[in-house]
Parts: sequence; structure tokens; C-alpha cells
Amino acid sequence: MAELDTSGGGKKGKKVRSKKANTKVDLTAMVDLAFLLITFFMLTTSLSKPIAMDIAKPDKDDKSQEKNELRASETMTILLGKNNKVAWYMGEAGKSTPNVEGFSDIRKSILDNKKKVSETTGGRQIIMVIKPTSGATYKNFVDIMDELAITKITTAPAIDDENITDAEKDFMKGAGIL
Amino acid sequence: MPRAKVQRKSTSIDMTAMCDVSFLLLTFFILTATARQPDPLDVIIPSSTYKLKVPDLDMGILSIGKGKVFYEIVGKDIKMSTLDKMGEKYSIKFTPEERERFGVIGAFGVPVQSLKQFIMMSSDERTKSKMDTGIPADSTNNQLAEWILQSRTAVAELHSTSMRVSIKGDGQEEYPTVKKIVDILQKQKINKFSLITSAEGDAK
Repeated sequence: MAELDTSGGGKKGKKVRSKKANTKVDLTAMVDLAFLLITFFMLTTSLSKPIAMDIAKPDKDDKSQEKNELRASETMTILLGKNNKVAWYMGEAGKSTPNVEGFSDIRKSILDNKKKVSETTGGRQIIMVIKPTSGATYKNFVDIMDELAITKITTAPAIDDENITDAEKDFMKGAGIL
Repeated sequence: MPRAKVQRKSTSIDMTAMCDVSFLLLTFFILTATARQPDPLDVIIPSSTYKLKVPDLDMGILSIGKGKVFYEIVGKDIKMSTLDKMGEKYSIKFTPEERERFGVIGAFGVPVQSLKQFIMMSSDERTKSKMDTGIPADSTNNQLAEWILQSRTAVAELHSTSMRVSIKGDGQEEYPTVKKIVDILQKQKINKFSLITSAEGDAK
């Protein structure tokens, strides 16, 4: 570059070449870092979107008389109790003893009952009634709705937190889950 | 016999173009990423296998945890319009500056009476002030119902769609607390709402 030749002559005839510094920088590390950040931002923008579970509750003020009767034999009622326990029974309350289960076993029970109902009625869908009681946590409720989705129950489940019968309450107290 | 010369090729590649592209993408992602407002209420949402993504428009999010309720309205214009309506309802006058500040606020959980003070604080002061007592939702002083109603009206007026209501509940929250909120929604004839969950791996 702009430098003064101070070598004082030196060998004559040879051109004095200014040294050219290599301008190439190794960009590998920079590219690595950039891609790491890209990956991070891509994943956080698309994954941070929360996921929603749509819930429909029965209309409280529905005064219409068009109500379909449910067949008791096709209905499975799941009561959500405390300590992550559920109690379920088929048919009408009080007539059959509920089974108390944890959340890990309920999926099998749902599938069993679904199959049974489908076999005995010739392909009809099981009807689910979910009754969260005061002992249940919010997580229990989400979990049970999730189980229904996993077991592919297509009929809309009835979520009923108003009409928990005395027979049900008594049983749950007896089992120590209310 | 002379040895056959193996020509050595340089293994270094010109990275300039690649670097350019990657930084371009990086800039894009940084700019599109929305800065998340810190959640004043710490909730651990339960996980589920649902795959439905929440739309990020015209929505009201209710955070429930520790027996308190916080409300977040999505969209600046909706927030400002809701604030106007609430001000009218509770006869509190909000200045344009307060409206502007409320427009960028995230979730809030203060009674409407101390909202004015809350708006003018910085976010640090807000966490320190311990004013986050949740929105009153008793039957005598049901401000939460009013907030939901006014924001729904605002969405209907400004965007002419209906507002979605989402519930973001803490996993350990007891069901009766959630039921109380759901009952408030059902009183306004919102029978369909979304529960926000986090993603879970596919069930085996």
C-alpha cells in the first residue's frame, strides 16, 4: 500500500512489490452462528403458538322441548374426583357400581366400552357424559377431554357439572375421591 | 520414474453468499417474531394431543391461576375501544395517553378502579406493586363479565366478527374456580370456548 520504501536501494532491477494482505476472512463461524439463530427463531415463532381445545357446553337457557333421550345402556358417565382419580359407570346412576380408576387406565376402559356398545347395538356410537366434581383439578378435565379425542369418540361429550346426583356423590365419598 | 502428482484442491469455500442469505433470513425472523409480554400470572398449562392452533386475532384470553383471573385482549384497537367502553360504564375518564399505554399492555388483573394507576406504571413497577389481585368476578362486583362483554362488543363493532374466548388455566387449579368463570361466560351465552393447552407427543 502507500508505504515509503526506506530500504535504500537494495538490489537493483527488481521491482519493489507492495505486499497485499489477504482480504479473505473465514466466514464459517459466522455462518454457523447465523444458522443457529435462524433455527432458534424459526422454531420459537411457529412453536410458541398455543394450541386450543374447543369445548362446547350445553346451553343453560335452552328452553326448547326438542331434547333427545339418551339410551342408558349406551351412556358412559365419567366422574372426575380428587387425587387424579376418576369413577365411571355404564347406564344409569345407582344401578351399577362405578369403577374407580386412575388416568392411566381410563383409556382402556373407554375403548372397551366403546367396543361393547358398538357390538351390542350394531354400530352405534357410545355417548359420554363427563361430570367434573369439586375435587377435580383443571388438568383432570383437560386430560379427560384429551382421552376422548385419543379414543376417537366423535359424538360430542356432555359436560355436566350441575347435576351430580346424590348417589354419585355418596359413592365418590365412599371411595374417598370427593 | 516420476511420481504421479496428486493435485491438491483447496477445501475452503467462499462463504460470503451463504453468510448473506443466512443473515437475511435471520433478520426476517427476528423482525417477524413478536415480542412476548411477560405474563403476570404464572400458569402451567396442561398438555394435550390437540393440534388446533389458536388464531391470534379477535380473541380474549382468560388466565386462571391461584384463584385469580387475569384478562388479556388481543389487538391494540380492540383494547383501546374496550377501555373507552369500560370508562363509560364505571365513569372513569381515561386520557389519550392512558389509552395509548393500555393499547400495548398485556394481560392485566387489577380492579377497574385502580386501573388508571396501573396503566401509568412501568412494567417493573407493576410487578413490584402487588396490585395484581385479579379482576373481581363476584356476583356483586362482576367486573370480569363487564370486561368480556365490552371487548366482545368492541370486536363486533370494529372487526364485525365474534370474539373467541380462550381459557388458559393452571393445571393444578381446582375445577370450581374454572367453573365459576365458565358460568360467567355461559351467562353471556358463550357456550363454546377454547382451552389453551401445550403440545404433547402423540399418544401411543
